Amino acid sequence: MASELPLTAIAVPAKGAAGRTGLWRTERPVIDYSKCTKCLLCWLYCPEGAVVRRADGNVEIDYDYCKGCGVCANECPIKAITMVEEVS
Amino acid sequence: MARAVLSGNEAVALGVKLARVQVVAAYPITPQTTIVEKIAEYVDKGELKARFITVESEHSAMAACIGAAAGGARAFTATSSQGLLYMSEMVFWASGARLPIVMAIVNRSVAPPWSIWCDHNDAFSQRDAGWIQLWAESAQEAMDMVIQAYRVAEDEQVLLPVMVNLDGFLLSHAYEPVDVPKQEVVDRFLPQKTPAPYWIDPSNPKSYGTIAAPDTYMEFRYKMQAAMENAARIIEEVDEEWGKFAGRSYGGLIERYRCDDAEIGVVLVGSWAGDAKEAADELRKKGLKVGVIRLRATRPFPAERLVEAVEGMDAVAVVDRSLSPGLPSVLTAEVKAALYERARRPLIKGFIAGLGGRDVTPLDFAAVVESTLKSLKEGKGGIVWFGLR
Repeated sequence: MASELPLTAIAVPAKGAAGRTGLWRTERPVIDYSKCTKCLLCWLYCPEGAVVRRADGNVEIDYDYCKGCGVCANECPIKAITMVEEVS
Repeated sequence: MARAVLSGNEAVALGVKLARVQVVAAYPITPQTTIVEKIAEYVDKGELKARFITVESEHSAMAACIGAAAGGARAFTATSSQGLLYMSEMVFWASGARLPIVMAIVNRSVAPPWSIWCDHNDAFSQRDAGWIQLWAESAQEAMDMVIQAYRVAEDEQVLLPVMVNLDGFLLSHAYEPVDVPKQEVVDRFLPQKTPAPYWIDPSNPKSYGTIAAPDTYMEFRYKMQAAMENAARIIEEVDEEWGKFAGRSYGGLIERYRCDDAEIGVVLVGSWAGDAKEAADELRKKGLKVGVIRLRATRPFPAERLVEAVEGMDAVAVVDRSLSPGLPSVLTAEVKAALYERARRPLIKGFIAGLGGRDVTPLDFAAVVESTLKSLKEGKGGIVWFGLR
């Protein structure tokens, strides 16, 4: 075991190195695309990089890694993101 | 080779220059300051091609050295006493990150009461940090030790930082003749540093010092212990090899002075070994067979070498210039632990002496030996305060 480890703790950048953190979520952000103005504030503020920009300019949530913190819903200036309970 | 008259601190600075250190980050503190002042002068004159970073604290000094070493540069800093204590968090970081930094500690007692004079409590407060701890006796050895320290630290079987300890004022500000090796000799002994494979490389980004969960943390610490065990061997090899390059070596992990037929041994670290040797010479004239065992390394602790050195001795005096209130002598405890497994072991008497720079002379060491002989007759060791008023 010890011989397989490097000398000190090192992490290589990788998507989801800590596992699917989306499983931690109790509430999910849901985007109302009829309201969304593509201002990208949610993308900018997401602490986990779980708001993804699509080629058409829209954003979407990567639910595999979104922890449901609600920062995006809080920052959205036109309230286009709603937090919905995972289990009601 | 040229001969120069240098203070201990100037000898350290010259060792740093000869080792072609690339990054120096430091904050001034008595009695260390003249080391980095001299290095700054070397850098200013272009004699040492290094980046000198003036920082706002010792914590930052070590942080800068950590960054430099992680980036593949040969890094150096120096401090004393309160400065080392303030640096402590980063001291542990440097060793856990396995960075071959060398730091000179100009040993000074810890406040309060405020004191700028020598004792060893500052360095020993960092005993379990995972740094190799070496101790010089002379200005010559301090210079040689800095050069040796980089060879030890950068060895792929070690990769741990090294503290080079020298006694405040007694060594740091005392002038001695020092033989200075030619630059090309040091260059051959200590080649340019090559970064190990896991150093920071912008084209291959990684995070360093990340979390290790309970399933791996112990293994990382085990590797530090394994590296210390390697260091015990490498320190001896490097010192022996230095002998071939520079014409002098110091005994590796320990120096044994007149120990072969000795019945009484004095165990210690640091510059006062010279006073103890003088006492041994005088006492031998009176027929007392006294030897001196000077530990050059306390981490790794040279237990095996100590066992060999005390072979045949009836009693050992451990003279400790530091205090662990409530024990009170860790050095004595470690010497005892090293000898415990032996079927025949000498009586061991501990002495707390010289705290806060109180002078300890050859006559005092003769008194230490007499006191130990008395204890031997009574069959009882223990730990006493020497010269307490």
